[in-house]
Amino acid sequence: MLRMSTDVQVAMVSHCLGGLPEEACGLIAGDPALDAVLAWYPTQNVARSARVYTVDPLAHLRADRDAESRGLQIVGVFHSHTHTDAYPSPTDVTQAPDPSWHYVIVSLRDVQPVVRSYRIVDGLVEEESVVIRTHVAQAS
Amino acid sequence: MPVDVRLPTVLRSQAGGRSTVSVDGSTVGEVLQSLISEHPGMGEQVLNPDGSLHRFVNVYVNDDDVRYLSSLDTPVKEGDEVSILPAVAGG
Repeated sequence: MLRMSTDVQVAMVSHCLGGLPEEACGLIAGDPALDAVLAWYPTQNVARSARVYTVDPLAHLRADRDAESRGLQIVGVFHSHTHTDAYPSPTDVTQAPDPSWHYVIVSLRDVQPVVRSYRIVDGLVEEESVVIRTHVAQAS
Repeated sequence: MPVDVRLPTVLRSQAGGRSTVSVDGSTVGEVLQSLISEHPGMGEQVLNPDGSLHRFVNVYVNDDDVRYLSSLDTPVKEGDEVSILPAVAGG
């Protein structure tokens, strides 16, 4: 399960829409024990592509430091699929950097954006539920 | 000379959950070799079998990507922070 606030969900989708026609991406941070998104970091897709993404490495470093300064850690990545389902592509699976992360995909294929989240462990993909609440507290 | 190394989440379990460890070295390569000798499980995730930097790993000295400096020969001094992060990419 991955919990996030409506504000984070809207901002994440908005960042992805703003990246069109290219894929957009960013990082999410939280307390790994809580499975909740408590901060998010929009980053540039330095691949500048409608088919692939690469999180700007320097933005990743800065996000990592900022998360740590808030007592959080990077717990996942989100990116958009501009013309396909919100399901990990073979590239997403082979390049998944961390089995503890949440992999959020925002599909912009249809008029209504679709947000789904996955765990990717040893090449195996498992969807997890995304729970949207008005507020997601740091201590719960 | 001790240098702090920030570890990515995927490697922290091999360092007792710590996000930063202190190891010796005067270049990035020496720092990574010290790190791997203390935590051998990190080896194949950071370096290729030929000793070069793994393609899916980015290493920084402070704010500078070592691939734009002298890669593993990049010098480090006391007080520098070496950060290891996974390249985050997909399709």
